[in-house]
Amino acid sequence: MHDTDLRLDGNAAAGLLAEVFTAEATTALIACAGCGARGAVGTTHVYDRGPGLVVVCPECTQVLMRFTHVRGRLIADLRGVAVFSFPAED
Amino acid sequence: MSSAIPATDGRRAAWRVAAVREVVHETPAAVTLVLDVPGWPGHRAGQHVDVRLTAEDGYQAQRSYSIASAPEEPRVALTVERLDDGEVSPYLAEEVRPGDEFELRGPIGGWFTWSARQGGPLLLVAGGSGLVPLMAMLRHRRLARSEAATRLLVSASSPGELLYAGELEAVEAEPGIEVVRTFTRRAPDGWTGFARRVDRAMLEAVAWPPDAAPHVFVCGPSGFVETVAGHLVALRHDPDHVRTERFGATGG
Repeated sequence: MHDTDLRLDGNAAAGLLAEVFTAEATTALIACAGCGARGAVGTTHVYDRGPGLVVVCPECTQVLMRFTHVRGRLIADLRGVAVFSFPAED
Repeated sequence: MSSAIPATDGRRAAWRVAAVREVVHETPAAVTLVLDVPGWPGHRAGQHVDVRLTAEDGYQAQRSYSIASAPEEPRVALTVERLDDGEVSPYLAEEVRPGDEFELRGPIGGWFTWSARQGGPLLLVAGGSGLVPLMAMLRHRRLARSEAATRLLVSASSPGELLYAGELEAVEAEPGIEVVRTFTRRAPDGWTGFARRVDRAMLEAVAWPPDAAPHVFVCGPSGFVETVAGHLVALRHDPDHVRTERFGATGG
């Protein structure tokens, strides 16, 4: 099985992100802390076959975010993200 | 704190109980579940839901399914394709009966959505059950009386596995819509249309020219999406206008 067969995209993380953010997160823009690439969360690559869910930069493949459920807690490791920007509405 | 970020519905991630009203057999492997979801906040075409099943021993399994119904329709419909090694889809596609209940949360996602207000042209490319969220867009287009110029390219392994086959015939009779089918394993007798996997030449023949700046939505298995999106960008479509949603190869 190829790597791409298991690859999902940011849309697949939308339900989990909705547990963390109050604003819809797949339309948010993020900048990768590794390579600086910017894009909508919906365009990232997602792998959910390991323990937890991993969101990867489609440009440089660095891990942007990692989410794990551990003993009743949702652990959000966001260290691969330099910036989140959400559309500001009134 | 500034209020620049909207305090959206805090219950967005809340689990609700969905009751099955109707089960429609679409193909030998796929059913549509028409649901009553009390408290459903409405959705946009292209969004999905998470479904959670809980076994008697407390074990839980969760999967995402695209919404097939248009926002204008009174009930939420999900089309579920059975994956034989799946944990959730065999139950949803074979065992669920009207009156059964399960948990669901959503709508989820904002990236892979289209509203009639955005207009066209619209290019939809579907592989297999990737047609489901794109069908929600086509239904929304009709119910919102949109005249957005629309082309749908749908790939199925055979005519019997093409979802919504009858409705697609009605869709293509609507003004401004073109439906192009390709069958990758078995085409009908006398078929003169495409009978191969979606490739660059096919996309070049079907897609709007990049100058038309279409809204492009590609949905299907991961490899399909990767290939189609790659060809479209190579054909000089703006990557920002090519929105994709991938299905996993396993897990259903």
